[in-house]
Amino acid sequence: MTDTQNNQEATMSKTLYERIGGEAAVNAAVELFYRKVLNDYRINRFFDDSDMDKQIAKQKAFFTMAFGGPNNYTGRDMRNAHAPLVKMGLDNSHFDAVMEHLGATLVELKVPADLIAEAAAIAESARNDVLGK
Amino acid sequence: MKGVMVKLTIEEKTYSCQPGETVLDALLREHVNISYACKKGTCHSCMVRSADTLPPEAAQAGLKNTLKKQNHFLACLCRPEQDMIIKLPDQSEFYTEGTVVVNEMLNRNTLLLVIAFEDAFEFSAGQFVNLQRADGLTRSYSIANTPQESNTLEFHIRRLTGGRFSEWLHDEITVGDTIAVSEPRGHCFYLPERSEQGLLLVGTGTGLAPLAGILTDALAQGHSGPIYLFHGSREFDDLYRIDELRQLARQHQNFHYIPCLSGKHVPEGFTHGRVNEVALASFTDLKDWRVFLCGHPEMVNQMKKMTFLKGASMKDIYADAFFVTPV
Repeated sequence: MTDTQNNQEATMSKTLYERIGGEAAVNAAVELFYRKVLNDYRINRFFDDSDMDKQIAKQKAFFTMAFGGPNNYTGRDMRNAHAPLVKMGLDNSHFDAVMEHLGATLVELKVPADLIAEAAAIAESARNDVLGK
Repeated sequence: MKGVMVKLTIEEKTYSCQPGETVLDALLREHVNISYACKKGTCHSCMVRSADTLPPEAAQAGLKNTLKKQNHFLACLCRPEQDMIIKLPDQSEFYTEGTVVVNEMLNRNTLLLVIAFEDAFEFSAGQFVNLQRADGLTRSYSIANTPQESNTLEFHIRRLTGGRFSEWLHDEITVGDTIAVSEPRGHCFYLPERSEQGLLLVGTGTGLAPLAGILTDALAQGHSGPIYLFHGSREFDDLYRIDELRQLARQHQNFHYIPCLSGKHVPEGFTHGRVNEVALASFTDLKDWRVFLCGHPEMVNQMKKMTFLKGASMKDIYADAFFVTPV
């Protein structure tokens, strides 16, 4: 194998989480994202702001998942965690709004478009579980 | 994976941690009762403290700087490189007897209590302790002074109608009495880093106590950035230390003191309005500011959110809300 091939293989085998910048990237994204969410009247009622530290931790878990990073959430966890929100009326329009802020945050951080598309696809794959469908 | 077997000690008991194993996994395997949830460093449920050695850097990822300084770490991220003595968060605490040396009123309902100790009492300005009465009744109070002030702790105690502990301190305790004091707790304190950073301090009532400690500490350590203290109450008679703080503002160009009154009667020199609203209206952008919030829990929670939305990073927002124990 040539060096070029080796490099390509190395790039290919890296996870999105590693390519996007790991925990540092998550940390950079979380606060930008959460400010957008709290300022969005369409969805901020779904985000309980009584404990900001816990909320930030949850957003961090969300980004780690969207980047394909280490997490042990199952579809069932997603359903259980969001069930109370579905009762409050959480639907596709709200999920779309969150996806919008995810994209805008990553654009703001100058993440390359192909990586944004990958992260969006991972987040999108949780739609049915989140909405309890 | 490289690694060695190490010993973990918790309250006289010793457990082994296998090479490559995390502290959390080792303790769970040994059936130690420790809280945890995500096991990946996100939820902070398994935060514990190292009593002797510096924890591995990776085990402190994402913690506030003040927690790092106190050797707190996440058990789920910690693969120990050496033996460790670990303190769990709910571990029973150690009390020291102190003697009351000052007992006088700061205003119509706030008592200044100073307790002296034989040996140096280690703490950081802004932390709190539990005070305990002989019958076991215990309450948390913030420390209002800095450790430089000779083996004493200063407290500002507001009388709560029907509050058993505060009424006992107000009505029965006198100079010369002894009182049991716990080890200091809390991570709402000043660290002498980024001294050019702006500091925003907002407090209601006796929330001034920890803020006064933090302010004194920051000025003593040569903080060069702007420092704004907003102290509020409804009526003039419930504020205190007004002249001292004005004097301090005259001595330090970077320190600004804004006493706020939300009631109807507002004398000259005071700002009318709720302290949180006045403070927020004074800044368009809090990016890169360090924020300290103390006092009424609702005010503290609301301000955490509002200062974050104005650009302050969550890791720079420090708060210890008072939780008033129901009578």
